[in-house]
Amino acid sequence: MKRLFSALLVVSLLLGAAPASATSTLEAFKFASEAEELHFKDLIAEIRCLVCQNQSLADSDAELAHDLRAEVYDMVQAGRSDAEIIDFLVNRYGDFVLYKPPLKPTTWFIWFGPFVLLAIAAFLLVRALRRQRQAPATEISAEERKRLDALLGKTAVDDEDNNP
Amino acid sequence: MGRYLRYLVPLGIFAVLVAFLFRGLSLDPKLVPSPLVGKPMPAFTLTRLDNPNATISDADLKGKVSLLNIWATWCASCRAEHDVLLQLAETGEVAIYGLNYKDNRADAQRWLRQLGDPYEANAFDEDGRVGIDWGVYGAPETFVIDSQGIIRHKHIGPLTTEVVKTQLLPLITELKS
Repeated sequence: MKRLFSALLVVSLLLGAAPASATSTLEAFKFASEAEELHFKDLIAEIRCLVCQNQSLADSDAELAHDLRAEVYDMVQAGRSDAEIIDFLVNRYGDFVLYKPPLKPTTWFIWFGPFVLLAIAAFLLVRALRRQRQAPATEISAEERKRLDALLGKTAVDDEDNNP
Repeated sequence: MGRYLRYLVPLGIFAVLVAFLFRGLSLDPKLVPSPLVGKPMPAFTLTRLDNPNATISDADLKGKVSLLNIWATWCASCRAEHDVLLQLAETGEVAIYGLNYKDNRADAQRWLRQLGDPYEANAFDEDGRVGIDWGVYGAPETFVIDSQGIIRHKHIGPLTTEVVKTQLLPLITELKS
């Protein structure tokens, strides 16, 4: 009972702590409206922090992430479009700052590769199925039929009846 | 032939996969190529580290091959590369400028007094805004700039005598000729 209680306590602490830690990196930015705040959060969630590379700008607590959030916030407040802000960051840090890579010849493989593989797999599957259907059913000899029946537990009497 | 093909094709695909993964083992994801290489250096005007009343700008770096080294006293690898910078400055091959990045002016001045000063001059980038313009994401970083003010190379991480000898000096010699 005691053990169950402490387990529950740990779980509730974890559940309680998770949302708190996710928002604690965000500075107290002020927004005119909730829509504006959501827009800002969506924007920084799509940008990679170059210091801790598997975190977005929204999640990271790195010094650079703080600075870049402030920079993005200033640009949003100045009424700059998303495309302009993304351009600003890409011009300085390269495509790597984007979680969604732009479509261009060097990224064709990552954009279309999975679909090409899917098409190849579908082609092979269809071909294999078609071949299976076209293959003639193999005949078995009387000897084999007898053995098969024995294996399936059919009685010898049945066997006699079936074989004239 | 057709009989072997069904075994050879998967083996071939596997070999290609292994080749890519093996190459990946020796790549460092921390080294992100800078889009600024080949482009004119971003403009800036900052106060000098040694004198808050004097300014330094990108124009000061032009007209000769120069380095811009991003450093800070809070950066341990900068301490490690400092001796390499002092040696490079002694050769007189290149003008080394510094961008003191998100630092404390008094601390940075003390650092140069105690460890020696390899820099022609230092720009003091207290809030890191110029650092953002230059795509800085971690000190130390070093840019090689030609006499036209075009960025020719960016080295990420601490300079070593090896890097200076095999990468920087050959490039500097080439840019000078």
